Amino acid sequence: MKFRASRRRHVVSAVMGVVTWGAAITATLPLLFILVYLLAKGVTSLNLAFFTRLPRPVGVSGGGVANAIVGTLIVVGVASALGVPVGVGAGVYLAERKAAPLATTVRFLADVLNGLPSIVMGIFAWELVVVPMGHFSALAGGLALGAMMIPVVTRTTEEMVRVVPTTLYEAALALGYTRWRTALRIVIPTAMGGIITGVMVALARVAGETAPLLFTAIGNEYMSYSLTQPIAALPLTIFNYAISPYDEWHSLAWAAALVLIVFVLLVSMIARAVTRSGFARAVD
Amino acid sequence: MPVRSIEAPGLVGQDAATPDEGRVRLEVHDLDAFFGSNHAVRGVSMDVPEHRVTAIIGPSGCGKSTFLRTLNRMHETVPGAYIRGRVLLDGADIYAAGIDPVSVRRHVGMVFQRPTAFPTMSIQGNVAAGLRVLRAAGIVVNEEQRVEEALKRSALWDEVRDRLDESALGLSGGQQQRLCIARALAMDPDVLLLDEPTASLDPLSTEKVEDLIHQLRREITVVIVTHNMQQAARVSDQTAFFLHGELIELSPTADLFTRPRDPRTEAYITGRFG
Repeated sequence: MKFRASRRRHVVSAVMGVVTWGAAITATLPLLFILVYLLAKGVTSLNLAFFTRLPRPVGVSGGGVANAIVGTLIVVGVASALGVPVGVGAGVYLAERKAAPLATTVRFLADVLNGLPSIVMGIFAWELVVVPMGHFSALAGGLALGAMMIPVVTRTTEEMVRVVPTTLYEAALALGYTRWRTALRIVIPTAMGGIITGVMVALARVAGETAPLLFTAIGNEYMSYSLTQPIAALPLTIFNYAISPYDEWHSLAWAAALVLIVFVLLVSMIARAVTRSGFARAVD
Repeated sequence: MPVRSIEAPGLVGQDAATPDEGRVRLEVHDLDAFFGSNHAVRGVSMDVPEHRVTAIIGPSGCGKSTFLRTLNRMHETVPGAYIRGRVLLDGADIYAAGIDPVSVRRHVGMVFQRPTAFPTMSIQGNVAAGLRVLRAAGIVVNEEQRVEEALKRSALWDEVRDRLDESALGLSGGQQQRLCIARALAMDPDVLLLDEPTASLDPLSTEKVEDLIHQLRREITVVIVTHNMQQAARVSDQTAFFLHGELIELSPTADLFTRPRDPRTEAYITGRFG
């Protein structure tokens, strides 16, 4: 009787297996539905003109969203210029001074900032930049998105710097490296793959944000490369076209959504590739 | 009671025909080391003579690695760690007020238990890593020449001369450890500290590193912490036995393994504890 088979145990195991399998499948369904739906709705409007031309009035065919694509790149570029250096610097500080009172505070505030509704970030940039300047601008949009990037980049940088083995850190100190030189020459380069991943994830996240841009970049019918002028962005284009009453614009909105999601997917995949290649080997 | 388990004790001690015999390079006086309230090293005094290999043996947790790390001021890089006592390098206290620990570490090199090749640097870059700090401090060094010299001294030159620009991670564990020794030697240190340098290596690589230590003795002063008593017997001229943070016995290696003065040393080397 020592090895008596327990029927009940096998049944419970089988049921739980099915339940978790079902949950795993369900978790991927939303993305699959969205992708399939976007492809079905948007792919017909995709052509060269879509990427190279400016929007046209209702009834005139052959319009594109070139201004919004350029605008998104510019706004995200401005956001990175703010979010990456501040985030990486703060992350290195947190990893170096794990338990310092300032580090604990900054870590907590970064998490709070991370959870802040994005529309609040928009209002903040509006007060800080739009009101004093007197008009909407790419700069204001970039600032709002950059502030959203900071906590994400900070926390991933901290995590990535922390997994760099202490032994490397000690080896550098034993060679006569100072602390800051060790951080700059040994620790950050070793963690670079992971830091780039964090930056990519943050980029992918803010590239799709709409609410912060409503009060800041506002949108622009024309091509603009100026930081101080209102600028178009893909999420804004999607929003404006989707709430319009015209079928033609609706399909443009679907196509723009498809382009945006493909951009985000690409960035995420690059991030994964970077993580897999150099970083895993470096911290092994 | 004579010891049977150790073969050819103090083998290298007998052909130690080196200049400056007996000159003391490092002097340790009444050294205590702490991690917060943990008293890890207790009242240790010892002399480390030039051109000799000094081995430190003892059971796990006996404070031997901690003691080694006080000799280049690495101990204090751990939060809450501090020492009492004096450590003199060529007569100068490395813990005296106004002494920069960074400059101490440039004179007292260290190699760790596991190879610590910098993963983002080439083989050349790894060996030159310390030199670049010197250059940043305004000291002129011929990098290429120093790198080649260091790699030759660590018996690695022939294996890597054709791939100096490749990643150091492409080397085997044993090669990486010799690379770390080369990196320390490139700084032209007065003393080289080895913290269980072969603990993570296979027997063949271990043999190469031991040969290397044997060679290095002619040019430099070496202190090696080891778990392996046979290794201490093979490579060292004098051996220190640590127990519970105290230095129990410091004797010429041949004597320590054949005629230990302290019963606790005898108990340890005959395998009765530890």
